[in-house]
Amino acid sequence: MRKTLVAVAVALPLLAACTQNADTAPSGGSGDAADPRALTVDSSADACTLSATEAPAGTLTFDVTNSGDQVTEFYLLGEDGLRIVAEVENIGPSISRALTVNAPAGTYVTACKPGMTGEGIRGDFTVTESDEGGDVSADEQELVDQAEANYAAYVEDQSAQLLEKTRDFVERYKAGEDDAARALYPVARTHWERIETVAESFGDLDPMMDAREADLEPGQEWTGWHRIEKDLWPQRAQDYTPLGDDERATYADDLLANTEELDSRVQDLTYTVDAIANGSRGLLEEVATGKVTGEEEYWSRTDLWDFQANVDGAKVAWEGVQPIVEEKDADLADQLTSRFEELQDLLDAQREGDGFVTYDQLTPAQVKELSNAVNALSEPLSRLTAAVLS
Amino acid sequence: MAGAFAVGRGTAHAGPDGAATAGDVRQAAYAFRGAHQAGIVTPAQDRLHFAAFDVLTDDREELVSLLQRWTLASEQMTAGEPAGDGAVGGDVRLPPDDTGEALDLPASGLTVTFGFGPSLFRDADGRDRFAIADRQPEALRDLPHFPGDVLDPARSGGDLCVQACADDPQVAVHAIRNLARIGFGTVAVRWSQLGFGRTSTTSTSQSTPRNLFGFKDGTANVKAEESAALDEHVWVGSGDDPRADWLAGGSYLVARRINMTIEVWDRQPLGDQEMFVGRTKGAGAPLSGGEEHTAPDFDMPGSNDQPVIPVDAHVRVVHPGQHGGVRMLRRGYNFVDGSDALGGLDAGLFFIAYVRDPATHFVPVQLAMSKSDALVEYLKFTGSALFAVPPGVGPGEHVGQALFT
Repeated sequence: MRKTLVAVAVALPLLAACTQNADTAPSGGSGDAADPRALTVDSSADACTLSATEAPAGTLTFDVTNSGDQVTEFYLLGEDGLRIVAEVENIGPSISRALTVNAPAGTYVTACKPGMTGEGIRGDFTVTESDEGGDVSADEQELVDQAEANYAAYVEDQSAQLLEKTRDFVERYKAGEDDAARALYPVARTHWERIETVAESFGDLDPMMDAREADLEPGQEWTGWHRIEKDLWPQRAQDYTPLGDDERATYADDLLANTEELDSRVQDLTYTVDAIANGSRGLLEEVATGKVTGEEEYWSRTDLWDFQANVDGAKVAWEGVQPIVEEKDADLADQLTSRFEELQDLLDAQREGDGFVTYDQLTPAQVKELSNAVNALSEPLSRLTAAVLS
Repeated sequence: MAGAFAVGRGTAHAGPDGAATAGDVRQAAYAFRGAHQAGIVTPAQDRLHFAAFDVLTDDREELVSLLQRWTLASEQMTAGEPAGDGAVGGDVRLPPDDTGEALDLPASGLTVTFGFGPSLFRDADGRDRFAIADRQPEALRDLPHFPGDVLDPARSGGDLCVQACADDPQVAVHAIRNLARIGFGTVAVRWSQLGFGRTSTTSTSQSTPRNLFGFKDGTANVKAEESAALDEHVWVGSGDDPRADWLAGGSYLVARRINMTIEVWDRQPLGDQEMFVGRTKGAGAPLSGGEEHTAPDFDMPGSNDQPVIPVDAHVRVVHPGQHGGVRMLRRGYNFVDGSDALGGLDAGLFFIAYVRDPATHFVPVQLAMSKSDALVEYLKFTGSALFAVPPGVGPGEHVGQALFT
């Protein structure tokens, strides 16, 4: 999950884009004679040798072997030699990587980039007309742009709401209005959990804001949401000494300052479609490892609020890329839609007032049912990124 | 340690032909007595039964008597013989000494390795039950809390431990079952763990196995053939700890039950899995290239101005080069204890490492891992224990004799 997030400034390959970087057995110098769409590439220190420089339109596989002694990259570029159609990075010496790309007929440029510098060793590549696929909708770039813009707006909106509600929360907490603070706690955290994979990508802020007691390193001070959570719900703690007013103010101000910092950093982020798809998967993993097991909100037992918020965030990310996936893999799109619904039905059954029942009110059978639904959704979700980029 | 082999290693783990070796392997037998205890540098067998015991008695003589009886039974069982007076042929009015399920089975490379926990020297109330507190090794202290630890006390700690390894699971279980039976009244099992599919290689003649993440593990392990490295990193030297000279020639055993969140891991794209580990999944080569045993090049630049082996890759974070060159002899096993309440596999790695000093050879590595290893996202540490493993047992001695004389 740590890796699945983010937020890069550079647009990734899109359009007819890639990608499936699979580890494959080292291959010889020649492509599969039976399949003109299976090609090999030998990237050495001073040459970029393809088994063929022409292939019929459809799903092409380039099996790239690095025979040099520096890390290499392989690119399929558009006719202009600038637009990246597909790429595979980080191929270490004597390692092979496969690049799969759905390429329509046209003229392309291939490039190996040993040492990852310069414009690489280039060659011309032609994809000929064929009956098999390779079509790219002209609207796809539009869909991609739309998805990226919408998701950035969503994150900014959630971050703004998080900041506003956190401000309210810490004021109540500092003022000793514990009931009001307890009521606001899961509401404010909902906005954190909806964008948790983005928030977690800031490796310095996350431990200060969202660490659980067991996550601490020796000597690390416990701060953030869960420190305050324990102070508001000390029932499960043994020999707990409540925080004094000064300590409350320290932790509260610290949380607010970090939330402000988070909000300011979020403004600069942009998201690629694959990062959005990965974020959707990552949020469901957060559910599977922390929320469905009741470990996230140990003191307050408000895990189902977080659960719902993770699902909300995953669903928004999914719906952002849904139009792209509907064109590329309609079955996957249908499956994801119905599994999101099934999971939501189970969550809706646990609603109480404006929120949810506490985790300790769930029966083991209900927890199991929720867990099964999370697994059922997570499996197709793990194929989402590849589908978006295919 | 060469003398510990009753049957040559060549027959114990021969060539790559699995079918042919399976038969040979079970004929292997390792001598119980020697300069070091067997079961450390012995080529890692395929099966494990590990048990931790609480000592019930406060009587030193009773404890020593148990160690004598355990020594004799272990010597018999590692030779492929039943414990005590055997399983059959005795007085029909008495339950047999040996429980019998290993009858007709060969020694199967069984080794039985004993260790002493911190609580043997001082119990939870600080009591010195056996007049050995002044000989407690400085490094034999409860391990600190590491981030990510969610330890179950019922799977952690212990006054004594017994590691039984064999190439037949029934033989390993038989050993623990019979030792536990001999100990009833003096000791009680605190926890035990079954393991399968060794996850480490302790001899250059063995191929590197895979853990349940599907990756080759322990490529950089200290091997039996590296005698200088063993002296430097595994065996406690005489003079290492003036209070505990009885431990010279022994080692420290770190045991960690590491649950893997298997279902979540299985949904990670292959490229991500390889970046978390820092090796290719197929060949096990470092991402900086070459073959499995090629040294990783942590400085090799990769795409996007990041090193080709990511900064949080497991292979980088735990590499000896990051920790002043300290190495461990790892001897862990995969485990699957059925499924948890949510239907997920209760599975992972039962990590065992032998080190000369846990304070220098384990704690810093575990801390670095907890702090910055990408793999930790998919791990939960559910059990933990540390034991001092006394040196080998000489002729006529019982295990740990030097501590009690």
